[in-house]
Amino acid sequence: MQEAETKNGFVNFTEKVGRLTVAGVEEIGMGAMMVVETFYWLIFGRREKQAVRLGAIAEQCVAVGIQAIPIIALLAATIGMMLAIQGIHTLRIFGAESRVTVGISFSVVREFAPLITGIVIAGRSGSALAARIGTMKINQEVDALYVMGINPVRFLVVPAMVAMMIMLPALTLFSDFVGLFFAGVYVNLDLGISLAAYADETIELLSVDDLMHGLGKSAIFAVLIAVIGVVNGASVQGGAEGVGKATTRAVVQSISAIIVTDMLFAFVVTR
Amino acid sequence: MSETPEPQETETSAPRNVIEVRDLVTHYGDRMILKGISMDVHADEIMVIMGGSGSGKSTLLRHLMALEHHTSGTMRILGQDIDELNNVELVDLRQKLGVAFQGGALFSSMTVGENVMLPLFEHTKLDRKTMEIMTRMKLQVVELGGFENLMPSELSGGMIKRAAFARAIVMDPKILFCDEPSAGLDPVVASQLDDLILLLRDALGMTVVVVTHELDSAFKIADRITVLDRGEILFIGTPDELRASDNQRIQNLLNRVAEDDTMDAETYLNRLTGDEPAYRPL
Ligand SMILES: Nc1ncnc2c1ncn2[C@@H]1O[C@H](COP(=O)(O)OP(=O)(O)OP(=O)(O)O)[C@@H](O)[C@H]1O
Ligand SMILES: [Mg+2]
Repeated sequence: MQEAETKNGFVNFTEKVGRLTVAGVEEIGMGAMMVVETFYWLIFGRREKQAVRLGAIAEQCVAVGIQAIPIIALLAATIGMMLAIQGIHTLRIFGAESRVTVGISFSVVREFAPLITGIVIAGRSGSALAARIGTMKINQEVDALYVMGINPVRFLVVPAMVAMMIMLPALTLFSDFVGLFFAGVYVNLDLGISLAAYADETIELLSVDDLMHGLGKSAIFAVLIAVIGVVNGASVQGGAEGVGKATTRAVVQSISAIIVTDMLFAFVVTR
Repeated sequence: MSETPEPQETETSAPRNVIEVRDLVTHYGDRMILKGISMDVHADEIMVIMGGSGSGKSTLLRHLMALEHHTSGTMRILGQDIDELNNVELVDLRQKLGVAFQGGALFSSMTVGENVMLPLFEHTKLDRKTMEIMTRMKLQVVELGGFENLMPSELSGGMIKRAAFARAIVMDPKILFCDEPSAGLDPVVASQLDDLILLLRDALGMTVVVVTHELDSAFKIADRITVLDRGEILFIGTPDELRASDNQRIQNLLNRVAEDDTMDAETYLNRLTGDEPAYRPL
């Protein structure tokens, strides 16, 4: 009896792990499908008599990108100054604080700008996407799209994904400038290096490759955020509570995915 | 039940049976939900689907709207076997179907007008002005003229249902489906929706398939009634045949609902005899 129960517990546990694995693999598969379908509709939408609407993409661009500018500016400025403060503090140990620009420019452009932008967009727009699709699903709005002959991926997912793929690199470029500028302001105040000299040095140090490294990463983050938002939204079950759970999951998963991808990217590229 | 002619291809351009279902079997996961359903829906009739909770009414409706894949059996909608359609043909077919979902399923981020206009916007090349006029006309049919700039959240339950009807009919579909049109509405509003369904059939010549729990509403609007029981068809026939049936299950269904209605017997009788406040066009 006792043994049977332990065995049951073990079986239950294995079953649970197995089921979670299957569910995880299923979600990843669903995400991959979503990416494939997005490109399918972008390319063949017209042939299927369902062209992707530019208006919808523009609308999403405003929601994802333009409205995020203030918060991203604030955070990029803060991070830029933080890097300057920390860099000067560290380099002072070697009396090399005038070399701080090296650390700042690479860190901002290659790491912090894409990372902070990705995290903000995951929190703002990834969650919104999951909530929107989840709500639409439980209200039968997704079914309504199907019966109206409107493919939900084309109608809901493509505009969001394309908007993120446009706006995330754009916002990253923006936070590059803001971060570098405010780091420069701090360097100027603390070390008396003129802004012009700081700018010259930064431009000299940074190559197009560094810039593209950051922007390329941010485009990958964009796909991750969109896909994770959509998959979580589409798997909502059971009412408003389910939408809340899916939203939270979407944010946690996309921020984790961003950070892990960032590390992998850095590892692969710096080899 | 016997007056139904054998399903056959007539030579007229429109098939007499707009929907033909044969031996339809469907599953959710491993569970069999519909267990071999055969039924026809005739052109221009109002077919009401009834049955206890969980009997498979919504499931059947979703299949009739070509929203789900079935396990076996065949289904012809407007003469086309839906298993043989590719995506583009399916989209074309769906444009001939209109659906008013139970909760309305209006898009909450769009105004009522935009909701109604969406199918036109997606499937036609009409200019904006024409689409707006058509939208306004359909909204007037459901007595929501002038409401096009409101958001769905600003409408009452009955108005949302009517807006959903307007969206469902904006492409002038051949078949209109409604799941529980009167669920959650007070009797007066529910009865107005019944009138609206009758109007849509009579004035616009649509075939209507309605799922409902409400017996009085079913008797008021139905040309024929299908009763589902645990995934099987218990009865298909006219309301009179249904009332005359001596099947115990059907009698239970009729009596249970009739008992619920004793509080409001007068309205119930009025509805049966059609003594309703007439539909007022704007
Ligand atoms: N998405 C789903 N996944 C799994 N099972 C489902 C799903 N939808 C419905 N079912 C099951 O199918 C059966 C029939 O459900 P259906 O919704 O068609 O019943 P119904 O007659 O419309 O009931 P109600 O009057 O309560 O709306 C039920 O037992 C239900 O549990
Ligand atoms: Mg139902």
